[in-house]
Amino acid sequence: MGPGKPSLPAALVRELEELVTHYPQRRAALIPALHRCQEELGGWLAPDTLEACAAFFGLEPVEVFGVASFYPMFHLHPSGKHVVGVCHNISCALRGAEEILAEVCRVTGADVGKVSPDGRYQVQRVECQGACTAAPMLVLDGVFHENLERAEVERVLGTVPKGPRLLESLR
Amino acid sequence: MSAPLKRETYLLSRVDLPDSHRLAVYKANGGYAALEKVLTGGHTPAQVIQLVKDSGLRGRGGAGFSTGLKWSFMPDPAKDPRPRYLAVNADESEPGTCKDRVLMEKDPHGLVEGILVACYAMRVKTAYVYVRGEYRQSYERVEAAIAEARAAGLVGQKILGTDFACEIWMHKGAGAYICGEETGLMESLEGKRGHPRPKPPFPAGFGLWGQPTTVNNVETLSNVPFIVLRGAAWFQSLGTPKSPGNVLIGISGHVERPGVYELPLGIRARTVLEECASGVWKGRSLKAWLPGGSSTGFLPAAKIDVAMDHDSIKEAGSMLGTAAMVMLDETACTVRAMQVIARFYDHESCGQCSQCREGTQWLHQIFARLERGQGRREDIELLSSLANGMAPGKTICALSDAAAIPTHAVVKHFRDELEEHVRLGRCPLASPHDVSDWVAEEAHA
Repeated sequence: MGPGKPSLPAALVRELEELVTHYPQRRAALIPALHRCQEELGGWLAPDTLEACAAFFGLEPVEVFGVASFYPMFHLHPSGKHVVGVCHNISCALRGAEEILAEVCRVTGADVGKVSPDGRYQVQRVECQGACTAAPMLVLDGVFHENLERAEVERVLGTVPKGPRLLESLR
Repeated sequence: MSAPLKRETYLLSRVDLPDSHRLAVYKANGGYAALEKVLTGGHTPAQVIQLVKDSGLRGRGGAGFSTGLKWSFMPDPAKDPRPRYLAVNADESEPGTCKDRVLMEKDPHGLVEGILVACYAMRVKTAYVYVRGEYRQSYERVEAAIAEARAAGLVGQKILGTDFACEIWMHKGAGAYICGEETGLMESLEGKRGHPRPKPPFPAGFGLWGQPTTVNNVETLSNVPFIVLRGAAWFQSLGTPKSPGNVLIGISGHVERPGVYELPLGIRARTVLEECASGVWKGRSLKAWLPGGSSTGFLPAAKIDVAMDHDSIKEAGSMLGTAAMVMLDETACTVRAMQVIARFYDHESCGQCSQCREGTQWLHQIFARLERGQGRREDIELLSSLANGMAPGKTICALSDAAAIPTHAVVKHFRDELEEHVRLGRCPLASPHDVSDWVAEEAHA
């Protein structure tokens, strides 16, 4: 990489160099790598991160952007510190998903798709998460909270730390 | 009616044991005996494929294709020495469906053993488990199971001291439903957008990186060790002649006890509803139901005595799909349910084919305006005509069909309800409270 070009942290590069050995072609590790970048580098995929990823894989930045923008789990804009997704698909909708969503909005003060005024939460609708027999549900920073009742929402939202999101190391 | 179906459980036989996900518990309960049997018992790969063919096992991912036949499509390595792959489809995303998750979280070694036997049969040396990104615990459990198996000499080189070698890698998806379609999954696994590929060529000849590949669902592979240990005749003693074995049936929506239950194929839907799920909730009656996930088309309550097998559900006018039953009680609105379903397919269309990209948007908009009370008399014919333009067989993959099929079903079975929305200029079933925000929010989206 030339001087001044964005690059990935050395520890992450070492990890990704191991990851690419799982595949006959380096590029196959791109989506798992984007997950790791998002987890380690602020909870979203900044333009610099995408560019650094492209350099790592020997791809054009636009190709990496094209992949990242296709997948709903990748955030291309800064998000709130904690991401709250409320499933609004059929099994959850039948058991009160909209009430859960309304309560999430009330507790956080965020509109759907927006960040709460204190910057702590990002609230979004999500499609089926595979918790249909435990509906309704919400997913908070990747953790499922199932068989939810409206009265439990405030407690559940309080389970995340007040400070910056703790980025778990997940591959 | 024929003789009652034999009821025994095997797929979920271990899930309630403490630490059911650990190797020690799995081995203490018969685990890896099937792998040992094929590797050290003198079974050739061809014999294992024949056994699975003879069992009649059909894929549990939704299409119901013969697993043994699929395996037999892999070319003979003597004639085609290219590298070959197994891709495990753990991208369970069909709305209503959450059964592979149970197997991965509670019995991940059962899946690992199924993968190893499948790889032996198809002479595959590398398998990838494509897990949907949202399934964090499933991913962790299967990853840990592979690590335990590797440490015990069950994954890697010289497995159980034989010449059989097999590597299994985890691969995490990122939230796109279309990656559950086998060619979309392969594109995604190659690090690309999950755009399905036209078929032919089929994966067995041109799959991952252009090499011979088989894609199998989690539950399908989890059946395999049991077939190896207990035989094809035992498997056929469960279920129906054309749909043998047990199946994981999820039941969700308006029932007292939603859950994932293991039952023989051919079980009456009413039995699942009444015995397993304790009936429709709140003492209400059933109005409509989906037999196998959101793409399979609503059936009216009158069809609740149908048998849950591929042929019977087809005769009743729907599909077994992933056997994910979603139940709507008498207070539910099928137009609103279709708005939710159409919104999903609109969101998930990959955008390659115009019929699907445009059609799913139109279906969503029309169901939304009907539910808002702004539907037009001609909308019902428009729904049918759009759905006819979208499927069958008009697009690269079946996502377009998945949106068209439930649309046809709701026009067929619930036409009166659609017409009433137009006539009244509002949803006849919504209370003023719940028409509210989400419909308005969508109108401005």
